[in-house]
Amino acid sequence: MFGNLSRQDWVMFLGFSAVVLLAPILFQPIGAAYPAILEKFCIFGLFAIGFNILFGLTGYLSFGHAAFLGIGSYAAVWSFKLFTMNVIPAIILSIIFAGIFAFVIGFVSLRRSGIYFSILTLAFAQMSYNMAYSVLTPLTNGETGLQLTLKDPRIVDAMFITPGTGLPRSTLFGLEISGGGLGGFYFTAAALIVGFYISMRIFRSPFGLMLKAIKSNQNRMRYTGFNTRPYLMAAFVISGIYAGLAGSLMAAVDPLAGPERMQWTASGEVVLMTILGGVGTLIGPVIGAAIIKYFENIFSGFNENALNSVFSFLPDTLRDPIVKLLSLFVGEGWSLTLGLVFMAIVIFLPGGIMEGVRLLTSLFKKGGNGNKPAVSGQTQPAE
Amino acid sequence: MTAPTKSNIVLDVSGVNKSFGGLRALTNVNLQVEEGKVHAIIGPNGAGKSTLLNVCIGRIRPDNGHVVFNGQTLDSHQPHEINQLGVSRVFQTPEIFTDLNLLENVMIPAFAKRDGAFTFNAIRAVSAEKELREEAEEILHDVGLYERRTHLAGSLSRGDKRRLELGMCLIQKPKLLLLDEPTAGMARHDTNMTIELLKRIKARGMTKVIIEHDMHVVFSLADKISVLAQGTVIAEGLPEEVRGNPRVKEAYLGEAH
Repeated sequence: MFGNLSRQDWVMFLGFSAVVLLAPILFQPIGAAYPAILEKFCIFGLFAIGFNILFGLTGYLSFGHAAFLGIGSYAAVWSFKLFTMNVIPAIILSIIFAGIFAFVIGFVSLRRSGIYFSILTLAFAQMSYNMAYSVLTPLTNGETGLQLTLKDPRIVDAMFITPGTGLPRSTLFGLEISGGGLGGFYFTAAALIVGFYISMRIFRSPFGLMLKAIKSNQNRMRYTGFNTRPYLMAAFVISGIYAGLAGSLMAAVDPLAGPERMQWTASGEVVLMTILGGVGTLIGPVIGAAIIKYFENIFSGFNENALNSVFSFLPDTLRDPIVKLLSLFVGEGWSLTLGLVFMAIVIFLPGGIMEGVRLLTSLFKKGGNGNKPAVSGQTQPAE
Repeated sequence: MTAPTKSNIVLDVSGVNKSFGGLRALTNVNLQVEEGKVHAIIGPNGAGKSTLLNVCIGRIRPDNGHVVFNGQTLDSHQPHEINQLGVSRVFQTPEIFTDLNLLENVMIPAFAKRDGAFTFNAIRAVSAEKELREEAEEILHDVGLYERRTHLAGSLSRGDKRRLELGMCLIQKPKLLLLDEPTAGMARHDTNMTIELLKRIKARGMTKVIIEHDMHVVFSLADKISVLAQGTVIAEGLPEEVRGNPRVKEAYLGEAH
């Protein structure tokens, strides 16, 4: 079970795990070391890893993956409300529901490819979003979102513990997950590492190779004797399950679920994350997710005062225009900066940040091994 | 020429008609391919040769008539099912996995042969599949691409892509191999290399249907030739017989004018 991976892969996996686990220390200098933001990195990293299994390997661009994220969240919150505050049943329930929905949506959407596939998935996601808002209010609590209340039955918990006065917190057999402590971060970090490992195994497996081959030439696959539909279905369901897991983790660290999680902007965000980091690479999507969440949460907190203090060494006459100019790009203007960064990356590094990393490393290695074997499954821009 | 007995017919095309809109591509085409033989289909451009192959692999459904492979009617089969029955095809424009390396390109068909149309094999690593890998390396030796096994297939020249695709078909050890102009657009040197390769694999006793324009290729390989013109078979027989046939000359000369 633990064999079969090359040494290079193990190094990458251990390095990745180390960075994730040490994040509360490593991210100190960039001001992103508190649990709430680190949890976001992990959760959206997981979401992007799963999305990449579909988009990166098969080239099928889903614009509706947020639907599975939302379904995962709702399932988890219902598990908290009905059964127990333990996160394990919540996660299992989310995976099951996200898997079922992914199967149904995939079954219909995968009848088409290319832009038609994207539109079908988008339509399903928007349908889910609108239904969560309106007709499914008894299940989703509509606009307010599904929340914990003191009147929830929590039948399993009720048998063992007497409820406290306030709202309970989600736990992992006693370890507190919600509430903003490091417990929540390490729980999501563990999920991210497991998710990364599974994704790595899929990338290196015959199944992963078949998915790459479908992306490269689906016609050839058919005339080579492969029924491509079940391969695509499996990839779609797996990535839907990843999204469901990410959704349940969101609910685990903060037990509520709202329909906005399913909106098309959320689906678009994971596409951006994956492209920014590097489509079809293992680590890229996680980096992309971290960057986007960093911009959204930290960079947006930079205001003029912060800029003033950064440039305090300059004379006033010089400082004022500089601060005025830069303030367009920070704080409220974070999305402007992110947009520019995204455009620059797509134009100059179509393979995302990971392509930049590869270019840099090959620049350093030059002269060492000139004709190193070409690695397959390269990042390709979406078709 | 002795009439082939029913038992050694691998591919039996009978009474196939196919029209595209108003254009009759195939009119009552009959073709019987004997086991272990190389059967060449020649004819001027637009004679319906490629359409005929497409009918055989399930890419095009005939309007009527039947294609029977090894006693099984292929009319309602999906392309992957036809391949799983043992029919592989080299296309006119190489259909390969350009983003993958040569070794992977050749290993993928081997997976199809071993594991069938769908297997969810996400546990083992590709690198652990030693047997398939060795098999693929052997095939790459055969087609003369072993040295470049780690290159991306998209980086190959057109001739090399053709040979790679041939290798991808050969690794499946198909009962019937369909070749659509395997040397078209190749330089002389490349053509000769491909002929040598096809001769070598001819010795392995694989039944082949080959479409070709290059008469040099046809006469150095074929056991039997069918001449297709305007969607019908106008002549059929041993290479010598076909060479002297006046109708064949007419069809070709007619094209030249």
